[in-house]
Amino acid sequence: MKFTWFNLMPWPYLPDDFREKHRSVWVDIDSRLFDPAKSHEVYNSYMDMLEYAGTLGFDGIGVNEHHQNGYGIMPSPNIIAAGLARRTTDVGLVVLGNSIALYNPPVRVAEEFAMLDCISGGRLVAGFPVGTSMDTNYCYGQIPALTREKYQEAHDLIRRAWSDPDPFAFNGRYNKLRHVNIWPRPIQDPPPIHIPGGGSVETYDFCIDNTYSYSYLSFSGYIRAKALLQGYWDRVAERNAPDESPYRAGFAQTICVADTDEEAERLYSEHVSYFYNRCLHVYGGFADAPGYRTIKTIQTGALSQYAPPIDGYGHLTWKDLTEQGHVIAGSPETVRQRMEELIKGLNVGNIFCLLHVGNMPMDKCMHSTKLFAEKVMPHLRDIFPDYKDDNRFWCKPLAKRVTPGSLPAEKEVAAMVGGKD
Amino acid sequence: METKTIKTHHVPVRYFEGGKGEPLVFLHGAGGVTAEDPLLTKLAEKYHVYAPLLPGYGDSEECGELREMLDITLHTWDVVAALGLKDPILAGHSMGGMIAAEMAAIAPNDVSRLGLICPAGLWLDAHPIPDIFAMLPYELPAVLFHDVEAGTALMTAGVTLDDPEWLKGFLVQNARQMGMAGKILFPIPDRGLSQRLYRIKAKTLLIWGDNDRLIPPAYAHAWKKAIGGAELVSIPEAGHLMTLEKPGHVAAALAKLG
Repeated sequence: MKFTWFNLMPWPYLPDDFREKHRSVWVDIDSRLFDPAKSHEVYNSYMDMLEYAGTLGFDGIGVNEHHQNGYGIMPSPNIIAAGLARRTTDVGLVVLGNSIALYNPPVRVAEEFAMLDCISGGRLVAGFPVGTSMDTNYCYGQIPALTREKYQEAHDLIRRAWSDPDPFAFNGRYNKLRHVNIWPRPIQDPPPIHIPGGGSVETYDFCIDNTYSYSYLSFSGYIRAKALLQGYWDRVAERNAPDESPYRAGFAQTICVADTDEEAERLYSEHVSYFYNRCLHVYGGFADAPGYRTIKTIQTGALSQYAPPIDGYGHLTWKDLTEQGHVIAGSPETVRQRMEELIKGLNVGNIFCLLHVGNMPMDKCMHSTKLFAEKVMPHLRDIFPDYKDDNRFWCKPLAKRVTPGSLPAEKEVAAMVGGKD
Repeated sequence: METKTIKTHHVPVRYFEGGKGEPLVFLHGAGGVTAEDPLLTKLAEKYHVYAPLLPGYGDSEECGELREMLDITLHTWDVVAALGLKDPILAGHSMGGMIAAEMAAIAPNDVSRLGLICPAGLWLDAHPIPDIFAMLPYELPAVLFHDVEAGTALMTAGVTLDDPEWLKGFLVQNARQMGMAGKILFPIPDRGLSQRLYRIKAKTLLIWGDNDRLIPPAYAHAWKKAIGGAELVSIPEAGHLMTLEKPGHVAAALAKLG
């Protein structure tokens, strides 16, 4: 199993009456709710948490990209990942991911991911999302019906920029580049690639054809994800993929651990409620620009992964959220059982653990994270013994890596360079 | 109106045809058009009407090869040629007006009469056009109609907007139609037309609803200024979908083109 401690970086100061007074947490959220001075602490404590998780045995620490979004203040995950690369040593850096159709030209992603891979010594796990409709169409103005074609082209360009040793001309429809020749090049050839998807057959096939891991990053939990991932596994079988390795798939799950089930509710329910009530308060008109999803995908009945349940999340109680699996919460034993159910039920080898939820303060987040790392994770490690050596979907760091901050002491420098002092 | 199909270079095109008289090509707006459209019915009393659907509209085939404004402008000229028409009266509503204006600007010697019914295509910072791509179905009537209540009934034909079956059909149709419209209008309905309008030689008629809340009448004046000799006809108590609200008035105004 590969466990990634994942942080969405929600803004923790959305007001109590946010739902009533504001129509959306995303796209046109009121900028006056963002306090730059307070964000100084918010960003730094979130990065501290990611670094802390990196010391507890998680395989990866994860970041993602959203724009104009009150629950994800990370328009550039690469900036966060660069900070983490310097302050962590062994943990994978999961950037899930860069919305590659939004970069102009997309070789920028090839370059920045290469930099992250080089700085971290080969610890990058790369993600190439199409990007949500909110981010890609409504915030960044991409034409919905052309988004996927542009995405495909960006993908082909990045993969070739990483692998072709010689300068090449790229005559794309959206990118005309006469001299592609990126410096630096990634250590990994190529870095493992995870693709967040929302149920389209085209994305299933894209992952199968390229040996990419398919991730379903929903907030509605593992019970509701069953049909979607089953669709993926059916497709894997139908396409005669060489194996059904669970590492071909990943899943994001909100998790809260305490000493007992009751304690979990007492400690975390207000933060879970903050997340589902305020952070997921997305105006319906921004959920799915017409043309963004293919007709085939709509016809399969897969609703947008960001479309809330028909009657919204607002009425869901702690009991509803935990029983329906939106959130896995409770004692270590309860969480272990439900995680096992999730992992086996969905056949997923990559878990993106959403252990920071809504406006959860750092002390509670550390508590829950440590309990998960020490009392849950070790019991889930070997669920798929047949695939324990399957490293195709994970980073392969250099064996020998430098320690940041290893300049010689100033007083030794003069002697080293042959000076007189 | 009869429903027919004609071959073009890129894709078979569905169109409605009816009436007798001078040929008139009508290009529909982002909401599409049906064979029962009241404006087409009115126009067919005086003209031989051809109303082609953009690919993806109604039951017509989609076309991935049409991506940019130039593709769409030339494709629509292909349709006119396939219909065997030469210098028909060219009329368009909203997005269709934008396409018609592009056609007249790119081939000024081939269009002598141009009817633009509250066309899209310009952008005035002082009058931002509401983002119809970010609206839920129930929010649309308020920007599309003068009489919102009557307009809602016209739009839905009595269906309730939260009926799940209706909604599923709506999502598919909306993805096909508005997905196509997005290539022309998203996220801002300006593809540089303002710098081409000077080329238009056609006798041009602008028809605008006094109460257009989607593309407000300020745009009518910008259009009038940009096309030499253009005439503006204002229609009182009409919104953006005046083709549905006031088809008789719109048809009567178009008659000024001769």
